[in-house]
Amino acid sequence: MTDLGATTPASLPAPRRDWAALLLCPVLMAAALPLVGSASSWVTLTAAGLAMGMMIFLMASGLTLVFGLMDVINFGHGVFISIGAYAMLLVLGPLAGWAEADSLPLNLALLAVCIVVAMAVTAALGLVFERVIIRPVYRSHLKQILVTMGGMIVAEQAIHVVWGASPVAIRLPEAFRGAIVIGDAAVERYRVVAVAIGLVVFAGMSLVLNRTRLGLLIRAGVENPEMVEALGYRIRRLFVGVFVAGSALAGLGGVMWGFYRQTLTAGMGMEVMVLVFIVIIIGGLGSVGGCFVGSLLVALVANYVGFLAPKLALVSNILVMALVLAWRPQGLFPVARR
Amino acid sequence: MSEPILRLEGVETRIGPYHILHGVSFDVPAGELTLLLGRNGAGKTTTLRTIMGLWRASAGRVLFDGRDITALPTPDIARAGLAYVPESMAVFSDLTVRENMVLAARSGPLDSARLDWIFGLFPALRRFWQSRAGVLSGGQKQMLAIARGLAEPRRLLLVDEPTKGLAPAMVRNMVEAFRQVKAAGETILLVEQNFHAASALGDDVAVMDNGTVVHSGPMRALAADAALQQSLLGLSLDQHQ
Ligand SMILES: Nc1ncnc2c1ncn2[C@@H]1O[C@H](COP(=O)(O)OP(=O)(O)OP(=O)(O)O)[C@@H](O)[C@H]1O
Ligand SMILES: [Mg+2]
Repeated sequence: MTDLGATTPASLPAPRRDWAALLLCPVLMAAALPLVGSASSWVTLTAAGLAMGMMIFLMASGLTLVFGLMDVINFGHGVFISIGAYAMLLVLGPLAGWAEADSLPLNLALLAVCIVVAMAVTAALGLVFERVIIRPVYRSHLKQILVTMGGMIVAEQAIHVVWGASPVAIRLPEAFRGAIVIGDAAVERYRVVAVAIGLVVFAGMSLVLNRTRLGLLIRAGVENPEMVEALGYRIRRLFVGVFVAGSALAGLGGVMWGFYRQTLTAGMGMEVMVLVFIVIIIGGLGSVGGCFVGSLLVALVANYVGFLAPKLALVSNILVMALVLAWRPQGLFPVARR
Repeated sequence: MSEPILRLEGVETRIGPYHILHGVSFDVPAGELTLLLGRNGAGKTTTLRTIMGLWRASAGRVLFDGRDITALPTPDIARAGLAYVPESMAVFSDLTVRENMVLAARSGPLDSARLDWIFGLFPALRRFWQSRAGVLSGGQKQMLAIARGLAEPRRLLLVDEPTKGLAPAMVRNMVEAFRQVKAAGETILLVEQNFHAASALGDDVAVMDNGTVVHSGPMRALAADAALQQSLLGLSLDQHQ
């Protein structure tokens, strides 16, 4: 990026951070400890919440950008999650030996290959979906909802045709099975993997959005696409790129989610879409940071509430959303728009 | 009399069911500052947006350097060498002042000598370089919007009402800044309601009313002719703030 060394004055106020929203999850975690009572249960619940949150983030992050940048509501996003998960089967069959091998490097390599294949398949599909389904319905939300829903139904049926209608069981690679025991607390290994991958993706997206010209263009385009064009940038290309990347991220989310459930169904993506929409609304439409915080918040609350007051578990997501929107009607990190 | 870099020939623009421009024709000579005047609602903003391709002309032609740009997509029009400073300023408020400038410099890193020149015109931008543009005052946003148009050399700068809402002292600074930009050899098409500021800057003038150009010629002639000003611009200048 541009280095402006000498011309940049030294004594500038740093940009203000929104501490209240950033501290939400840490405060929630701290507050849950006395409520849960036992440290070991707290560790298990927190790890489960963080892992769940990271997976939701992976599945939701692409959608929030697509909505923010081009004002397109894509109900078909869930199908990329399912297809990402099913795309693993292309790999898991031929490389079954890698999954059973008692070798962390080989298991990790398998996960990496699954991710690469799933992302490639969903990216290619995203390119087609954008061209055929989204492009004709710009600027009409109602048509977008109907048409992307239709696209989703067709794609789900296509999964049935290609891979069969019955659920498919898959096995986690050897090294990711079981739990790590720390004192009294048990943390499932796979959850550690999910958290690590979620953090890497979040860091990567933050880096691109904040430190590259491409990222600046995306953020500027979310706020004012017309001005981005008047500066001489072709926003259509930018949007296609973001749509493809968002689809690939959904595919990555599908891999992580599929391994977590260890059962694949054509509707698995659609099942999480309610949660996905809740977190992008909580986070502030178009905000990747908000999507990250929102995902963790929803997942942590779900886990704590599930333990403390199981009867409330079903409504906890909606409650979190209602509370956040009462506090900040535009979401945690509202994105400026025209 | 130099060659026109921009020429509008009978440009008509419709927005939805409304017929807004009814055949706008005028020239912008290279190396000069051309003013576009007219009452509120005369069609000045619509004209600039049509030049940029943000509204589509339904008839007529926009020629840039002799080339027909009427049907080009907005990014291609910008790439032909036009910079646009809209009435709404349209700074990216989530981005810092620096990031706004980085995007405006399409072809590569910001040139530090040019940046120093811009900081000389608008010192506040240096002070708020790393601040989010959203926290700037209205006047500072206006400076940033103009600075974006100057980030790299362009062939023609379109500026829509840069003094709108500015305090008198700020208007004087803005006029001075434009004087310097002009002295640097830039070609400018400027929409300006403040007649005093406008007459200090303009070489040529086109006056619009009701979606057409009703007068064009040298600024000096209009500035000297109070009766013509009255008949062309009427009360609008006094009304406008
Ligand atoms: N988006 C729009 N939809 C419908 N009518 C519009 C739109 N934009 C402008 N108009 C109309 O077009 C006419 C010209 O507007 P325009 O903004 O070009 O005027 P202007 O000369 O820039 O005025 P001002 O000095 O107040 O900025 C006005 O009557 C306005 O109501
Ligand atoms: Mg106007």
